[in-house]
Amino acid sequence: MSQLIPLFVIIPLVAAFLIPIIGKFLDGFQKVLTSIAFLGLSVLTVYFLCAGPGEPLLYAVGGWEPVRGIPIAIYLVADGLSIFMLMITNVVGFLVSIYSISYLKRFTAQNNFFALLCLMMGGMNGVVLSGDLFNLFVFMEIAVIASYALVAFGIEKQELEASFKYQVLGGIASVLILFGVTMLYWKTKTLNIADAGNILRSSQDRSFVIFTQLFLITGFGLKAALIPFHAWLPDAHSSAPSPISAMLSGVLIKAIGIYAIIRLFFNMFTLSDEMAVTITALGAVSMVLGSFLAMYQWDIKRMLAFSSISQVGYIVTGVGMGMIILARNGDHRVAALAISGGLFHMINHAAFKGLLFLNAGAIEHETHTRNMKSLGGLSRSMPITASTSMGASLAISGIPPFNGFFSKLIIIIAAIQGKFYLLAALAVLISIITLAYFMKFQKYTFFNKPGARDRKKIKEVPFAMCFSMIVLAVLCLGLSLLIFPGIREVVLDPAVRVIMNASEYAPSITGL
Amino acid sequence: MILYLLCFLLFLIGLYGVITRRNVIKIVIGLVFMEFSVFLLLVLVGYVEGAEAPILDETIISGPFVDPLPQAMVLTAIVIGLASNAMLLAIAIRLYKKYGTFDIRKINELKG
Amino acid sequence: MSVIVKKVAQLLSGLIFMYGVYIITHGHLTPGGGFAGGALLAGSMILLVLAFGSDVMGLKKRETGSSIIENSAILVFILFATIAMLVGTRVFFHNFLPVGTLGELISAGVIPLYNIFVGMEVGAALFTIFLALVIYKEEVLK
Repeated sequence: MSQLIPLFVIIPLVAAFLIPIIGKFLDGFQKVLTSIAFLGLSVLTVYFLCAGPGEPLLYAVGGWEPVRGIPIAIYLVADGLSIFMLMITNVVGFLVSIYSISYLKRFTAQNNFFALLCLMMGGMNGVVLSGDLFNLFVFMEIAVIASYALVAFGIEKQELEASFKYQVLGGIASVLILFGVTMLYWKTKTLNIADAGNILRSSQDRSFVIFTQLFLITGFGLKAALIPFHAWLPDAHSSAPSPISAMLSGVLIKAIGIYAIIRLFFNMFTLSDEMAVTITALGAVSMVLGSFLAMYQWDIKRMLAFSSISQVGYIVTGVGMGMIILARNGDHRVAALAISGGLFHMINHAAFKGLLFLNAGAIEHETHTRNMKSLGGLSRSMPITASTSMGASLAISGIPPFNGFFSKLIIIIAAIQGKFYLLAALAVLISIITLAYFMKFQKYTFFNKPGARDRKKIKEVPFAMCFSMIVLAVLCLGLSLLIFPGIREVVLDPAVRVIMNASEYAPSITGL
Repeated sequence: MILYLLCFLLFLIGLYGVITRRNVIKIVIGLVFMEFSVFLLLVLVGYVEGAEAPILDETIISGPFVDPLPQAMVLTAIVIGLASNAMLLAIAIRLYKKYGTFDIRKINELKG
Repeated sequence: MSVIVKKVAQLLSGLIFMYGVYIITHGHLTPGGGFAGGALLAGSMILLVLAFGSDVMGLKKRETGSSIIENSAILVFILFATIAMLVGTRVFFHNFLPVGTLGELISAGVIPLYNIFVGMEVGAALFTIFLALVIYKEEVLK
């Protein structure tokens, strides 16, 4: 079964390069090919998940065997955390590609859109599967350059300006990450993550490692939009076309920013107290400031973008608390609880934030405006959009029985058990503020008296868009089943185990 | 040692260009400077004193070679930088059409 | 552009093209390979467009052609890498053609073929980017 691992990268790349050639002659080919390719990827992910073994699956590209115990090939590693991230990426990507079948009728260069979407998906799959540092950098660049083009897709003034700001800050982040990889290569003379972890564990040079870690946190923090580095996110996510906003906010900042921080800091570096406190502090500040900034917005997608910053703060806080507890040699079960809360919130956020951005796209498709003050009374004319949007708003605020409640509850319980009382209080407070601004969104958009404009012309969106929104809403309810032990063993526990037993990652790769 | 400090100086020049210049094209050039400084550092890391160039020939079969892995990495990274710059310049030329100016202080419609 | 520039560009672009082909095909013996050779190929074609001015209809046809060459070259590259998954040791990107002796032109298995297709791809990609910018400038920025 490890023979099938390269297919995650091959299938999107072949689709991305077939579309411009054949799409010039056949009409509608690009939509069919993209949907089939992403459906195939989702099915492959579910197969990996269900038939998943305990230890990581390795694939040495080129078939180069280790020479005198040193791994020299490029490794593709599919362990619990990778399969978890693949699931998020491919399923949300499939639903977004179905949504964009009818959303893109107003654009003309549809070939380019689907080719870039496939490239972005191939790049994200490669980031999650790669087992060495430079391959991580190259696939990250593929995904990010495709997303620069997608943000500027409908060529209006605001989209171009947002894309330019995004590109300059993303370019600085890539330079800092490459600098961190250079420092690591200088120290360890190897690019394999497991091998570098072995060498770093037995070295004594503390200041060098802290210097490298600061550059890597800055670089990946810029990609994941933590608070001192968040300046590009509101512009980019609010000006992009709606399916791209859903992909960016729901998948890209997690697969490139947070996944890389987790993989490098847990499995490669030895855990140190200062770095863990830094990461948790950045997460907590993001959580608080994101919510406060979101309260003042009247543009729907800008509010959702600031809310993304806040929820990413939740995820980083959960993972950071686990890192602090592990670094201080505390109770392992509390650390496992905190980390599993963070990962559960990651998959929940992909589901409900994706759904919220698709809803905003549906509203914009019908009423051609994004300003909450000029909308109102849409709940009668767009029933499916209104009901799925209410479900997603309740989920993100943490109301039972939706999935947001369970993941936030796990993070708060872990904070109290680990004696981080300030973080637990902040998490509860920010949850209440989230509820406040989402209720404002619901009231002004769906339940106010309609304005003086003609409301009879607004009807429900086409079927393909409804399909994606309904499936995501069902996932919002269905993901709360991850709490039960039977399903949790399959999905969440392998990921947590890979992170917790950091010392197991290296021998299982270099020992083969 | 002096070579590493010069690479860092090049990085700082690029950073100065990105932060303080107003023209969009000068910001792009500053970003290019930052990328190239990291490429220089990467090639310097693989240097071994008094070794041969890493090409296998009939006359040179063994002996210490300079590390070829950073050179391969820099080749790939140069092409990635090329793609990123092409993207930036395409957006810059469309910005000129829409806003009528290259001045970054006048291109700020998105606020708040 | 004046007659001198046009004549010199015609003479030189052929030489630059041949030099690029030399760098690509000797990629496994001397420094260079796919990327550097591809950049030279693109350079020779860009020199011609710069010297002879731009007539937009002809450039659009050229852009379509070079875009198709770029995509097909990448597809053939991935096809070679995937063939390796079905033949021989069944690993992605494995070298499945016979490896000859050191220093010959036809040796090192499938690597010279990879170099050739990467060179075609990089040359066509750079030429497409240049043509897209020139067509935008001619048509839109009046």
